[in-house]
Amino acid sequence: MSLNGNGSAPAPGEEGEERVDENLPARAGRERLNADIDRSGMFGAKTTGDTSGYGRLLVRRQPPLASERPYTHPDDPRTSSFDAVADALERALGKSPVAYGQAVERVVVDRGEITFHVRREHLVEVARRLRDDPDLRFELCLGVTGVHYPHDTGRELHAVYLMRSITHNTEIRVETSCPDADPHIPSIVAVYPTNDWHEREAWDFFGIVFDGHPALTRIEMPDDWHGHPQRKDYPLGGIPVEYRGATIPPPDERRSYQ
Amino acid sequence: MTNVTEDYIDASGGDWDEVIAAAQASSAERLVVNMGPQHPSTHGVLRLILTLDGETCTEARVGIGYLHTGIEKNMEYRTWTQGTTFVTRMDYLTPIFNETAYCLSVEKLLGITDRIPERANVIRVLMMELNRMSSHFVAMATFGMELGATTIMTNGFRERELVLDIFELVTGLRMNHAYIRPGGVAQDLPPEAEGKIRELLKEMPKRVTIMRKMLDANPLYLARTRDVAHLDLAGCMALGVTGPLLRASGLAWDLRKAKPYCGYENYEFDIPVAEAGDVYARYRVRLAEIEQSLRIIEQCLDRLRPGPVMIDDAKIGWPAKLELGADGLGNSPEHIAHIMGGSMEALIHHFKLVTEGFRVPAGQAYAAVESAKGELGSHVVSDGGTRPYRVHFRDPSFTHLQSVAAMCEGGTVADVIAAVASIDPVMGGVDR
Repeated sequence: MSLNGNGSAPAPGEEGEERVDENLPARAGRERLNADIDRSGMFGAKTTGDTSGYGRLLVRRQPPLASERPYTHPDDPRTSSFDAVADALERALGKSPVAYGQAVERVVVDRGEITFHVRREHLVEVARRLRDDPDLRFELCLGVTGVHYPHDTGRELHAVYLMRSITHNTEIRVETSCPDADPHIPSIVAVYPTNDWHEREAWDFFGIVFDGHPALTRIEMPDDWHGHPQRKDYPLGGIPVEYRGATIPPPDERRSYQ
Repeated sequence: MTNVTEDYIDASGGDWDEVIAAAQASSAERLVVNMGPQHPSTHGVLRLILTLDGETCTEARVGIGYLHTGIEKNMEYRTWTQGTTFVTRMDYLTPIFNETAYCLSVEKLLGITDRIPERANVIRVLMMELNRMSSHFVAMATFGMELGATTIMTNGFRERELVLDIFELVTGLRMNHAYIRPGGVAQDLPPEAEGKIRELLKEMPKRVTIMRKMLDANPLYLARTRDVAHLDLAGCMALGVTGPLLRASGLAWDLRKAKPYCGYENYEFDIPVAEAGDVYARYRVRLAEIEQSLRIIEQCLDRLRPGPVMIDDAKIGWPAKLELGADGLGNSPEHIAHIMGGSMEALIHHFKLVTEGFRVPAGQAYAAVESAKGELGSHVVSDGGTRPYRVHFRDPSFTHLQSVAAMCEGGTVADVIAAVASIDPVMGGVDR
């Protein structure tokens, strides 16, 4: 509930669309309370009794961010090029069969960085435009890295690309996702050859299949390894140490803060 | 056009007697040979699978993963501050760069980039430039060793000792410092550090001159390095090559100038560039960078003003003051007395921050520094908890090793050694 200048609560009838701004904190609070529960309790142990008294604490999940134009904030010099980059990408994609709105799902501006969430089927086209368009010229791809969000149903596996333009001295992030059940993302090695090993690493650690990669094999783990170790459902493991009948569990199963 | 025959002798593994028997029975000219992962001139555990046609290397493939230690996975189970202890072990020749890149990305997530004390930033720059020198000296030293020039090796490691002595004085350790922390640095410079660094500033130019006299116009060195392992600018861009290799191909690209961090915009220095794009050009760029680092270090000493070295935020800043005791680095006796005998609240605060750590708002951030080897980036993701949700390091060595094939194929097998050495890969960083 928000208080206005007179200290009186707004009448029930006035809580309409015109007073939405005034109720923002209350609305945000309701949204938060309705969000999915991420975890409960403060301690990581799931198997042992938690005697700390924090067991009923609920941590709720953050909703996905999406930013509206303008992406450039006058107070933040780090964002100065973002609107120009987004415009240039929109123009560049306008020339291709893929329209901007189809290819780019949402844009997030956060902490002075811009992230374009691109639908996977349009990733190669977007990457090609980013590299070749004179107003974009992202010559340098800094590789791809996977992130596993098991709770993000339908888009569990994210592939995050960082692009750097030396011509314009700008930096953007391109993010794409695929479901666990169909872990395929098109390879952009044909556009950025440097992504060869980076994509192999993301396959090795997360099990993302990069379609069109020249030789998608494991790179860090042995060739006959089972599983993809940096996924969240892959345990950290560790060696049980036995000493006088006691077994030390691996670090991720010990009782600790999270 | 030479016709490459389909049959070849496979010497890449297996029983040695069988390999020899097969080779004697065959009339093939091509030989597939394994160089490494246990080979003195492969910079640690790098495996090169070379196809040789006589002395010519027709195909070079690179196998990595022999030093994979799962650092990124491990970090997801430790607090944000403990992460520095892990990242410092990635590329073990550039520990300060790893720590700084990681801390810059965590600080970006926390939104405290502008609140890092001035003195902490100056110390970070100082330590990074010292580290750049030590890394470049090892690059030259191992290069010499791999070509059979052991004097270069002993000289390079001797010069590096000067830097490591300072590291030991400041952080307590020669490597794996965990000195740069989210919010600042672990502790202030000891009082004798400035004098010691001034000594280094006087001594180092002489040592650089010795190196230059030995190598700059040495006909043997030139014969092994000039026009060897050429990689042009287009090749660098396509393969994501940055750092001294890119600057040796003619592009003056340096994140310290392009995207200044830690206050690099306040320092005067040049970006050494060479045009040739060969092994010799890379050597010249590295040596010139050492001279520029000396310039920056001198300016750092002049900019050092007394002040805090950790952020003034009790929710993030490390509560303890560290001090060198008889048994090494540890909590200072005054701090112990304060929390154990003086203030219960201070004890709780210390306990909470040290065991649980601080919370980092959900989101992701990328921060990059110009490491001695190229763009070293740290991509961190937080879910709002006290531990990283995901940490990924974009290590320059990892990216640069992809260019081995482009540099080596068509050259002689001896040039493969020179090419790999000029990339200066460190497998700890490549495999993480």
